[in-house]
Amino acid sequence: MPYTKRQFLKAATAVGAAGLLPTIAGSRVARADEPINVGILHSLTGSIAIAEIGVTEAERLAIEEINASGGVLGKQIRVVMEDGASDNPIFAEKAQKLLASDKCAAVFGCYTSASRKAVLPVFERYKGLLYYPTHDEGLEFSKNIIYTGADGVQCAFPAIDWLMQNKGKKFYLIGSDFIFPRTINRISRAKIKKDGGEVVGEDYEPLGATDFQSFIAKIKAAKPDAILSTIVGDSNVSFYKQLNAAGLSDIAQSIVALAVGEEEARGIGPENLVGVNSCMGYFQSVDTPESKKFATAFKKRYGENRVVGDVMECGYISVYLWKLAVEKAGTFDVEKVVAASSDLPFDAPEGKVKIHATNHRLWKHARIGKFRADGQLDIVHETPLIEPVPFPKL
Amino acid sequence: MTTGVLISQIFNGLSLFTILALMGIGLAVVFGLMGVINMAHGELMAFGAFSTYLTSLFFLKYAPRLMDIYFPIGLIAAFCSTALVGLVLERTMIRYLYKRPLDTLLATWGLSLILQQAFRNLFGPINVSVPTVSWLRGAWNLTPQIGIPISRVFIIGLTLFVAAGVYLFFYRSRWGVRIRAVMQHREMAGAAGINTQRVDAVTFAVGCGLAGIAGSALTMIASTGPSTGQQYIIDAFIVVVFGGIESFVGTFLSAFAIGQMQSMFELFLSGSMAKALVLILVIIALYFRPNGLFSIKVRK
Repeated sequence: MPYTKRQFLKAATAVGAAGLLPTIAGSRVARADEPINVGILHSLTGSIAIAEIGVTEAERLAIEEINASGGVLGKQIRVVMEDGASDNPIFAEKAQKLLASDKCAAVFGCYTSASRKAVLPVFERYKGLLYYPTHDEGLEFSKNIIYTGADGVQCAFPAIDWLMQNKGKKFYLIGSDFIFPRTINRISRAKIKKDGGEVVGEDYEPLGATDFQSFIAKIKAAKPDAILSTIVGDSNVSFYKQLNAAGLSDIAQSIVALAVGEEEARGIGPENLVGVNSCMGYFQSVDTPESKKFATAFKKRYGENRVVGDVMECGYISVYLWKLAVEKAGTFDVEKVVAASSDLPFDAPEGKVKIHATNHRLWKHARIGKFRADGQLDIVHETPLIEPVPFPKL
Repeated sequence: MTTGVLISQIFNGLSLFTILALMGIGLAVVFGLMGVINMAHGELMAFGAFSTYLTSLFFLKYAPRLMDIYFPIGLIAAFCSTALVGLVLERTMIRYLYKRPLDTLLATWGLSLILQQAFRNLFGPINVSVPTVSWLRGAWNLTPQIGIPISRVFIIGLTLFVAAGVYLFFYRSRWGVRIRAVMQHREMAGAAGINTQRVDAVTFAVGCGLAGIAGSALTMIASTGPSTGQQYIIDAFIVVVFGGIESFVGTFLSAFAIGQMQSMFELFLSGSMAKALVLILVIIALYFRPNGLFSIKVRK
C-alpha cells in the first residue's frame, strides 16, 4: 500500500523526533559538563607586559595541570584571556567584560597596585573574585580579592632583620618614586628605629629614570652599612649597570632589593648583579619537591631557557588555592568560596602557605638570596611563616 | 659636603650633559631643522640599541675572540640601520606630512606604538642584556671619593665626536649648504637647482641615524627593551625646546644647563625632586623666552 501524504508526514515526524531525542537529552548532560569560565587579566602589551606575561604563562600552566587531572568539581576550566594593555581604565573595562558577559567564576590578574585599584570597584559591584599575585604595599582589603603576594611587612621586615644581623645598623633607603617604595620605606623607618638602627639617607628617582650617577655618589658619601632598595622596573637596569661600572662592589653587597628577581636579572645582565641580595617569598633555587616540579613543568611547557620567579609562583598557586577553596565549598559561588578560603593551607613551591583567617592574604615564608653570575640565587636565609599585616601600626 | 663630592658632582653633571646632548642632537635635526614633531624619536633610539644588541649576538656567535671590538662596530651598525629606517619612513610617510605638523605628531606617535609592539614581538617583552666590552668597564679612582666610570668618559668623547661630525656635515660640506638652503627657503633653493626632496630624505635619515648612535651608546648605562624609547623621548624634547629649536648651539647649551642643574640639585634634594625643580626652572625660562635660549631670528 502506497503511503498517503499524511501518513508519510506522520512517520517522518516520528522518525525525526526519535532522531532528535538523544540530541536533546545529550545536550542536557553536556550542559552539566560544560566547562567553567575563569579569566586571566594581565597586560600582554604596553610597558608593564615585561612583568606580566610570565605570570600569565604560570597561571595558564596551573589551569592546564588542573584540567589534565580532571578539572574542578568535575568541570573543565575554560580560560578567557584579556589584555589590560598596561592601561588602568582598560583593566576596569576588561574586568567588567569578564564578569558581566563571560560570567567568570574567578579572575587571576593585575600586576600593579594601580591596576588592581582600577578593577576593585568592578569586582565589588559584580560580586566577582580576583586573585592578585604581586607583592604590594598592603593598605587594602576587599571581600572580593585574595592577595597571594607578600604585603609590606612580609617584604621589608625580613630584609631589615637580615641586614641588621649581617651588615650593620646604618641604613640607606632607596626607591622609585611611587606608592610602593614610599610606603615600604615609611614602615621600614619605624622598624629600623625600633630595633636600634639608624637611617642615614632616603632617596628616590622618578619611575623610568636612567641616570643614577649622582644618586650613587650620594650613597657612597653617606657610607651606609645596609641598603634597602625598592627601585622597580627598567630603572634597576640603569642602577645596577652604573653601580657595577663605578666598581662599587662593596655597596652592591650591602643591598637587599625587594623588586629584583630572576626575570629582571636577565635584562639587567647577571654580571652586573653578582653579590646583590634579593628578598622574596620564592626563588627558582628553592629546594622543595613542589618547587622542582613547578620549574620543570614551566620549562617543559615554555622553553628550557626560561626561568620562574616570585610573582609567577604566586600566580601559579593562586589557581590551586581557588581550586581547593571551590572543592572545600562544593560550589563556585563567590561568597562561599571566599568563606572556604579562610585558613586554607597549601603545599606551594615556596613551602607550606596558608590563607589568613580574616585578611585575605597569605602566611608566607621570606627568603634572602644572593645573586650568582648565572642570574640564579643562592639562598642564604629563610624565615618561618610570617603573618600578613596589611595595615601595620607604625 | 666635601670638595671631593662637589668635584664628582661636577663630573656627573658633565656626563649627564653629554648624555642629554646625544639624546637631543638627532631630534634637533628632525624637529629643529625640519619641523617634524617626531614622537617616535625614542623608538628610533631603541632601534639603535637593538642593532647593537644584534651586533653583540653576531660577534658572540661567529667571532667570540673579537668581542672586545664589537662595540664600535655596533655603534656604526646602529647609525646605518637607523638611518636606513629613517630614509624609508621619510619616503613612505613623513614626506606627505610636511605641511601638517599636528598630523605628524599623531602619525609619529602611532608609529612609536607600532615600533614598540614590533620590538616586543621580535625580542620578547623582557629587557635584553647588551654586554659592555671589557675595556669600558670599571672606573678610574682619582681619590677614594672621586671615581670616574670609563663608560662615561667614552660617552663624553663620543658626544664631542658626534658634535664635530654634525658641525662639519651641516656647516662645512656641500650637503650642509644644500640642507640649510632648503630649510631657509624651499622654493628659492628648488629654483636654484637643488633637489629638495632628496635633501629632505637625507636630512631626516641623518637625524634618525644620530638617534641610533645615541640609543647604542646608552645601552652601556640603561635598559634595552621594547619600552626603552619612552624613557628618552621627554628628555630629548625638553633639551631641544629649551635650547631653541632652530639652534644646534642651543641644544648643547641647554643640555649642559639641565645636566649641571640636575646634578647640583641632587646634592641636597632627592633625585625626583631635583628633576621636578629643573622642570620648573625650564618652564619659567620658557615663559620669558618662548623660543628657547637661542632662537635665530627668521622671517616668518
